[in-house]
Amino acid sequence: MIKAIIIDDEPLARDIIKEYLQTNNDVEIIAECNDGFEGMKSIQKLQPELIFLDIQMPKINGFEMLELVENPPAVIFTTAFDEYAIRAFDQNAIDYLLKPFSKDRFEQALKKFQQTNSVGPVQNILEEAALSPIQQNRIVVKDGTKIKIIPVTKIYYLESADDYVKIISAEGTFLKNRTMSFYENSLAQFHFIRIHRSYIVNSQLITRIDPFEKDSHTVLLNTGQRLQVSKTGYTKLKEALGF
Amino acid sequence: MAESVFSEKKFFIYFQVWWVIAAVFQYFILRQKAFDNFHILTDAISSNLILGMICYFLANNMRYYLPREEKYWYIIISSIIVCFIWLILIQIVFNIFFPDGDAYLQFYKSTYAIRFGAGFLLVSSINMFSLLLYNQQAQKEITARQSETEKLNREAELTKLRQQLQPHFLFNSLNSISSLTASNPEKARQMIQQLSEFLRGMLKKDDEKFISLKTEMQYLNLYLEIEKVRFGHRLQTEILYSQQEENALLPPMILQPIVENAIKYGLYDTLDEVLISIKGQLDDHQLIITVTNPYDPESGRGPRGTGFGLSSIRRRLFLLYSRKDLVQVSELENLFTTELRIPQL
Repeated sequence: MIKAIIIDDEPLARDIIKEYLQTNNDVEIIAECNDGFEGMKSIQKLQPELIFLDIQMPKINGFEMLELVENPPAVIFTTAFDEYAIRAFDQNAIDYLLKPFSKDRFEQALKKFQQTNSVGPVQNILEEAALSPIQQNRIVVKDGTKIKIIPVTKIYYLESADDYVKIISAEGTFLKNRTMSFYENSLAQFHFIRIHRSYIVNSQLITRIDPFEKDSHTVLLNTGQRLQVSKTGYTKLKEALGF
Repeated sequence: MAESVFSEKKFFIYFQVWWVIAAVFQYFILRQKAFDNFHILTDAISSNLILGMICYFLANNMRYYLPREEKYWYIIISSIIVCFIWLILIQIVFNIFFPDGDAYLQFYKSTYAIRFGAGFLLVSSINMFSLLLYNQQAQKEITARQSETEKLNREAELTKLRQQLQPHFLFNSLNSISSLTASNPEKARQMIQQLSEFLRGMLKKDDEKFISLKTEMQYLNLYLEIEKVRFGHRLQTEILYSQQEENALLPPMILQPIVENAIKYGLYDTLDEVLISIKGQLDDHQLIITVTNPYDPESGRGPRGTGFGLSSIRRRLFLLYSRKDLVQVSELENLFTTELRIPQL
């Protein structure tokens, strides 16, 4: 028996999955969740092998929930977003079910899961989702047991810290289990610039750029912090700020 | 092709009167020179008739070739040439009417300069005047064409703005119906009906620019019923307006995007039950509609009132009333309010 959880804020949307599974003896629904927070808790507690996940949900969306889960299970997305919006992650999810979906289409997705029977590369999905129009201009972080949502405008800069990325923001400092290049790509649209191997800065906060030693510079943020700029970082700054 | 300036009857009459006056004027000037009436009349009539005809020809011709602004020298040069031709033509007429060696021919030669000067002034001013008229006419045509295009664009845009529908809403509703067909076919059928009626209202061409608040609320109710099926008990609504407002007029389907916005933020910002309240009231020839929803200022979604829903409403109201201040949003504690002001004409 495959243990599965349904995470969707619309009761009728959950019903349809349960109904399709009535004749299926391979999959057992062990929990139903109304939103991403419940979903996160249930996944951690019940350790399902598969989740049916809606994308647009209260408070945090499906992608943000996945980000917060350690070792997420395989995911079949169920969404009303059009194909264009989700085509980007076609490659990495087990499957995408566009609402309303037929029973045949649903079973096809299950078959796909049973055949691959491996946990999808969720990390890749998230990296692609971060670049999609679905993603919002915010970062969701765990602060102890609490979940915080930080608008990107409140982020000062990001610093690499071994396998983590440190996010320094108006709301405090948080660690995310991500790579610097992930944020370099996904935050580029919000005027964040990789100025150094170890730093990505919110370029709208830069008040001054000073020379520092040979071939390198420093930037001063209006929050008082001073960050080092590498040679390539300086070229990027020049390009972005146009000086 | 521009119309001839002479196609306007009034202008043609003025044009003729102008030349008669010039002829009379010339007659009295020549009389001081003590020639007989035959000579003077022949001169005054033929001179002005010829020049008048030349001017008519020139002004009429200008509609085929209208000099651009930087080519005003064209007027001067053509006027000079025309005056030379004019003097030659008068000479020919005199040679026909007066015998050889007539003293008047001598007199005519001595007045070349003054005739040329006067002729040039007359011709160039008529030319200039008709040029101005042509330009004005062309300008009018351009303006008319522009306002026609603008009107068409505006209508197309209004229709488009009105028919905007979130595909997300449509597909989620269809999904709910799909779910209900098994568990509650009766309810599924009801929802299909509501959705159809709602879509019909949405797709309706702009046969009516304004509808009553009562009708608008009926459409809105269809939409709310569908959303309530989707979200179950989480979505609560209250609609408040009195009989007094029932017949107030507003553009059709203007409330739905606002309520959709309110539901979206209300439901996606909180985990609890959400109350969306819609109130209508009349105040000083304005219908004021306020839509409030709970929201979470900490959700990090950024400033409100910038979303597509609201901006399209702003645009619609601007196209209809030429005012940009008819949609206001405010945030107070955990309540987000959108206020619409619809002028009652």
